[in-house]
Amino acid sequence: MLIKKLASALAAVTLLALPLAVLANEGSYPHAENDSRNTASLQRGARNFMNYCSGCHSAKFVRYNRVATDLHIPESELQKNLMFTSDKPFDTIKSAMLADDAKKWFGTVPPDMSLMARSRGTDYIYAYLRSFYRDPSRPTGANNTVLPGTAMPHVLADLQGVQRAVYKATEGEAGKGEFEKFELVDKGSLTPAQYDEFVRDTVNFLQYIGEPIENTRKDLGIWVLLFLLMFTSFAYMLYKEYWKDVH
Amino acid sequence: MGTENYGATQATGLWGWINARFPLDKMLKEHVTEYYAPKNFNFWYLFGVLSLVVLVIQLVTGIFLTMNYKPSAAEAFASVEYIMRDVEWGWLIRYLHSTGASAFFIVVYLHMFRALMYGSYRSPRELLWIFGMLIYLCLMAEAFMGYLLPWGNMSYWGAQVIVSLFGTIPVIGDSLAEWIKGDYFISDITLNRFFALHVIAIPLILVFLVVAHILALHEVGSSNPDGVEIKKTKGPDGHPVDGIRFHPYMTVKDTFGLGMFLIVFCGIVFFAPTFGGLFLEGPNFDQANAMQTPPHIAPVWYFTPFYAMLRAVPSFLGTQVWGVIVMFGAIALLVFLPWLDRSPVNSIRYKGMISKVALALFAVSFVVLAYCGMTPPSPTLLVLSRTFTAVYFAFFLLMPWYSRIDKTKPVPERVTYHAH
Repeated sequence: MLIKKLASALAAVTLLALPLAVLANEGSYPHAENDSRNTASLQRGARNFMNYCSGCHSAKFVRYNRVATDLHIPESELQKNLMFTSDKPFDTIKSAMLADDAKKWFGTVPPDMSLMARSRGTDYIYAYLRSFYRDPSRPTGANNTVLPGTAMPHVLADLQGVQRAVYKATEGEAGKGEFEKFELVDKGSLTPAQYDEFVRDTVNFLQYIGEPIENTRKDLGIWVLLFLLMFTSFAYMLYKEYWKDVH
Repeated sequence: MGTENYGATQATGLWGWINARFPLDKMLKEHVTEYYAPKNFNFWYLFGVLSLVVLVIQLVTGIFLTMNYKPSAAEAFASVEYIMRDVEWGWLIRYLHSTGASAFFIVVYLHMFRALMYGSYRSPRELLWIFGMLIYLCLMAEAFMGYLLPWGNMSYWGAQVIVSLFGTIPVIGDSLAEWIKGDYFISDITLNRFFALHVIAIPLILVFLVVAHILALHEVGSSNPDGVEIKKTKGPDGHPVDGIRFHPYMTVKDTFGLGMFLIVFCGIVFFAPTFGGLFLEGPNFDQANAMQTPPHIAPVWYFTPFYAMLRAVPSFLGTQVWGVIVMFGAIALLVFLPWLDRSPVNSIRYKGMISKVALALFAVSFVVLAYCGMTPPSPTLLVLSRTFTAVYFAFFLLMPWYSRIDKTKPVPERVTYHAH
């Protein structure tokens, strides 16, 4: 009887779980390996974002003081080192660049970063920020293998240096073959390993602003599940107690 | 329910005062304490009560979301983020609601599959089944309109695709699609009317139908895994011998089932609210943008079996309406199930091999079509979609034939029950 019950429960779960197989083929970027519990990394990410990104990219759903509270940054520190506009700590992070100017200069308004990690995924951003290469045919002088034809200049070139894209040679054809690897042409101020860390911290921060409640949610979830396990055990005993009289 | 006799009602005190003026005691007895349910209910009979629980979750969380949500194209997306970030516990309310939407379909699909297995739709439960089908229809409308409200890019383009289906209907199609949208494209006006329908009109009909569904159930009595009528064998007290009082026996059993459900449900809410992009899709974290389509537009998972059928049917005679007909036909066929099934027995336990294989193939086709509908089109998937669309329809259309010729096993007089 129990085996039959288990079998039918298993059948139901399998039936529902099968379509989940589709998830397996989501995106194919290497894992960013960022850790949203690492406060130091998030603080560095906040510094990176405010210094290198927020000039052009807004984070219009994110409040400065919420970031400060969540990441244990004193408000004085926040105002001195992370707020470069005339905003108040309660304000949300707006970009210093006007939309009309952005259109004139880049042909498009740089996207808001509040939810970028949720819509594209952290792995995507991690790959994107590491995949700029020199391309004199582009107005910005740079192109990107993750987002070909991107309007974004390689603003992190000072740190990373400049890469060249190397393609596999295709026999007898003049055109470009399949992309093979990057080669560092000009060194930046960071080593490749340091640059990866820099990007990882930044991506980590983007994941945090995408869902500031993420860690709280998981911490609370453990208590909720513990309670439910206890509740369900008692409910099971009560059920067995009542039903032992049913013949 | 003239044949049932309930215990006497206390005539004194507040309870007596109320019952002299309102049939509270009578209703409680009729529907809870002295409603007799078959004692051989198994795991599959949980999903009815769970649907009710999810309905309540959706209604309550929906009310709280409405307090902070702004139904306008300019503000909707930002107001959802406001709920997620600035409203106290807003994130939890929103995740409960978004997970609840998917959970609703999971429990309802399992509830419907239960009916398919044990022949719960057979006489005298045809009307009960039809009420259920109307609930399912309302649920789909409710989910579709609710999905537009966050005003994400997938909301926008998903709605665009579904509404354009109505545009394929000859002659009136374009005007119909325009009438639904209230505009020439999905706009602020569309969002406003979908909001009105999502928070008032459809929930109202839904609750009414649920009441009708339960009243019809309690009138004819619950079916059971053996498909035998427990009312046929009554004891000296006039109650079915194989029946058991809903309260406390079923309530205590359902409480345990509810606990199991909540463990899974809360596991998703707290640890995987997007469910890998199935419950909350990535592109929906971008605001609706009429200039930019998501890389791959697909409806949410619970619509994908029907979406796969839509894509499987080629257009001919210069119109794509055939796919739309097939898609809606797949849903409409379910309604006729009580008259398609000609088997002398109700339950799969006593049906023959043909019916068992047919039901298994049907379940497989539903899952495969769900997969096909959520995956970008490819030639292999097209073949799969077409094959299983045919299987899906064959299950229904061939049923009058195979259910009649199939060998059946003898049905026992009473339900089979092994005491704990």
